[in-house]
Amino acid sequence: MHALIVDDSRSMRAILGRILRDLGMDTEEASDGKMALERLLSGGRPDLALVDWHMPNMTGVELVSEVRRRPELAEMTIVMVTSESGPDEIGAALAAGADEYLIKPFTRDAIAAKLAMVGIDAGPLGATLSGGDSLL
Amino acid sequence: MTVAVQEFEFLKELLHERSAIVLSDDKHYLVEARLAPIARDLGLESAEAVVRELRRTGNRDLRDRLVEAMTTNETSWFRDMHPFNALRDVIFPELIERNRPSRNLAIWSAACSTGQELYSIALLLDVHFPELEDWRVTLVGTDLNAAVVKRAASGSYSGLEINRGLPAALIARYFTRDGANFTVDERIRSRTRFQQFNLAGPWTSLPRFDLILLRNVLIYFDLGTRRTILEAAMRQLIPGSYLSLGGAESPNGIVDGLETVMAGGATFFRPEAR
Repeated sequence: MHALIVDDSRSMRAILGRILRDLGMDTEEASDGKMALERLLSGGRPDLALVDWHMPNMTGVELVSEVRRRPELAEMTIVMVTSESGPDEIGAALAAGADEYLIKPFTRDAIAAKLAMVGIDAGPLGATLSGGDSLL
Repeated sequence: MTVAVQEFEFLKELLHERSAIVLSDDKHYLVEARLAPIARDLGLESAEAVVRELRRTGNRDLRDRLVEAMTTNETSWFRDMHPFNALRDVIFPELIERNRPSRNLAIWSAACSTGQELYSIALLLDVHFPELEDWRVTLVGTDLNAAVVKRAASGSYSGLEINRGLPAALIARYFTRDGANFTVDERIRSRTRFQQFNLAGPWTSLPRFDLILLRNVLIYFDLGTRRTILEAAMRQLIPGSYLSLGGAESPNGIVDGLETVMAGGATFFRPEAR
């Protein structure tokens, strides 16, 4: 399983990367939507993309729309991971073609649970959706 | 009920030191809910007494147990998935067909905590069974802890809680933002009723149900109390109706008269026909 992490925050990319690698995935990173799209158009074919909303050059939702216009990228699962958390925004991201949506801040098992929801094996945490994270 | 300031502050420092978690001052209810099983197990009268005991003895095992209880949250939406898939695909279609003449459906989340289980049921019914719109659907959630019952009734959840098992499409369709929180639609909330109820006490003022969710709660009781609760649950079920227990729980060896029903990868129990 190969994952692309798209976020303009280096620390967020590091956190997400660590979690995904712990789940057994290979990861690559892009710091905005434009860079991610260029990577994809030049032949990169990740199975999964975790995409932030607000980024310079091209937003996450614009990236999702661009990806979904291209049949060759149709197989890629996209999960938005963003602090943009209004139900209307969530609806807009889904309408643009995102498969799921995770609100920042998030816990490790919330990621696993979201991945399980989109059919990606994320180990026992994701399988039960109740891996025991800390919600205080 | 709240925990005394000294005990709360002790716990707050302990959690921060051991897990880096910050326990905010409005989380007294959480301390009550999470430590109550430990109190029962140790024969202490309250969550506060558990913290007091730890302060007094400094017992390392108790400390670890307490930290684990406080940092593990098992409440999520559509918890364990399989039982909800089974309800959608097998159990609810059967109950709806059976109850069509009366147009009644009654469901009880018997250890509802902050309400996600009952709201998950309400959402599932609204999405998949729109024909129930003009039925009399009774959705009752109960919990021993008054503070969590109040939270459940508010239908309001933090972003962290919303992230746990709730599909994005349902957030977009059924929730509104209320400051930093997400509140379930009034249309859904108004179908639910939450009240305080002690499973180990007398079972009065309850209707009979088509489905009782008694999930992951028996583990907190001794064998005799488990038997009493299961027998009471069996009496509370309309004949031919279903009981759902936690994945690690079984009535076998505790009570007789419940048959096992496997449905959609999940296990349910039903009183045997007499």
